[in-house]
Amino acid sequence: MDELEQTILDYVIDEYIEDGEEIGVESPLISAGIVDSFSMVSLKTFLERRYKISIPDDKASPEAFDNVKSIAQVVRDILG
Amino acid sequence: MAFNKNARDHYNGVLQDIKDNGLFKEERFICSAQDADIFVEYPSGAPQKKVINMCANNYLGLSSHPEVVKAAHEGLDYRGYGMSSVRFICGTQDIHRELEANISKFLETEDTILFSSCMDANAGVFESVFNDQDVLIADRLVHASIIDGMRLCSALNESFKHSDMEHLEKKLQTYQDKRFRCIVTDGVFSMDGDIAKLDEICRLAEQYDAMVFVDDSHASGFLGKHGKGTHELKGVLGKIDIITTTLGKALGGASGGCVSGRKEIVEMCRQKARPYLFSNALPPVIVTAANKVIELVMSTTERRDKLEENTKFWRKGLQTAGFDLVEGETPIVPIMLYNAKLSQDISRDLYQRGIYAIGFFFPVVPQGKARIRTQISAAHERHHLEKALAAFTEVGKKYDILGKGKKEITEMYGL
Repeated sequence: MDELEQTILDYVIDEYIEDGEEIGVESPLISAGIVDSFSMVSLKTFLERRYKISIPDDKASPEAFDNVKSIAQVVRDILG
Repeated sequence: MAFNKNARDHYNGVLQDIKDNGLFKEERFICSAQDADIFVEYPSGAPQKKVINMCANNYLGLSSHPEVVKAAHEGLDYRGYGMSSVRFICGTQDIHRELEANISKFLETEDTILFSSCMDANAGVFESVFNDQDVLIADRLVHASIIDGMRLCSALNESFKHSDMEHLEKKLQTYQDKRFRCIVTDGVFSMDGDIAKLDEICRLAEQYDAMVFVDDSHASGFLGKHGKGTHELKGVLGKIDIITTTLGKALGGASGGCVSGRKEIVEMCRQKARPYLFSNALPPVIVTAANKVIELVMSTTERRDKLEENTKFWRKGLQTAGFDLVEGETPIVPIMLYNAKLSQDISRDLYQRGIYAIGFFFPVVPQGKARIRTQISAAHERHHLEKALAAFTEVGKKYDILGKGKKEITEMYGL
């Protein structure tokens, strides 16, 4: 797990996880009901503010945001 | 006509998937007025059966109250059936403004604007008042209509963990750079029946310069000493900037909703809210009946007091029987079953015993949190509740869930 994935994982745990549930970088988030399309905005906004990027809607699809690993890839692709 | 075979096959496939997933919703036909006792035809074509209604939003029992029905007749007789117009063309009668003034007086707000429903009020208010310079920070369990309304608005849609004030504070700190911040919450959350911490929310709103929006649909008419709602119960009358609520639950149960609050916000809705501008005025029959409802709730607290007593009796009875309840004090009393099929089976067994209570499961509630949501009414007499308790206990014994919590129930029935 690199620093980017760690940052995203920490945010996801802090922002969405209740009852001490354990998750990793490949745990499903949206398909498992941990994050929904409404609360996902928090994550997108966090990434945009933290990395000073703009994530287009088509890149922030439920599939792309379904686990920490693929979210990190979206950020990497935009950062270039 | 282009509804070709492909289209028909496609939609039939989608509907079949819904059925296969056990998520298909069926209507049950009620062949009587809404009340504690109702006559139901279920399944379709079956003989009518008299059952006790334990799942209506008829909190004050006013849906079929004789004085309300009489006032509705008067509306029909003296102001006609329909308005055939939106409000700002030729759809505003004296009674519409009277109702708006009465609601403002009851809720202790500056002004009120009527909508066809609270869903419409929620759909219209955000985009009328906020734009992309602003942020809306909503509790994650707010009603679906609020989420839809927020999505129609260009303001940033943010959220905080359910009733988590620390998390909300963090979000308010994050967005101090925005022009306006607005905290968005339900007063009473419809699925769990828990109450928003409006006192703490108002304190944070003051500290971080934010407005407060409350949808009080499951509280208006009975929560608080005079039934004004969550803002009365939590001691923040006059501090809520935007209240949306419905006439479709405790306040008569027909339809209609409103935005009530700061007069500038109400006026912005009157100028810009699309559901207000592009849909018909509320029909006179609803308006005169609602005026009577407001008069009744302002003249006596008898019905909300009875509702409170009924709720205590019901909650205590279920607890004593050993059901796993969501803690709370509102007339929404959810009995946790966790498993969707179990909630359906228990609902069916209750119906056989003369009790009408519906199972709720995903997507209405989160996965693994299926339940029977009971709702208490001032129309319930003690004998209704006693009979319902006996039926619930019998069914609870049949499924061996009494005295058991989540762990044991899910071990027996799965999630």
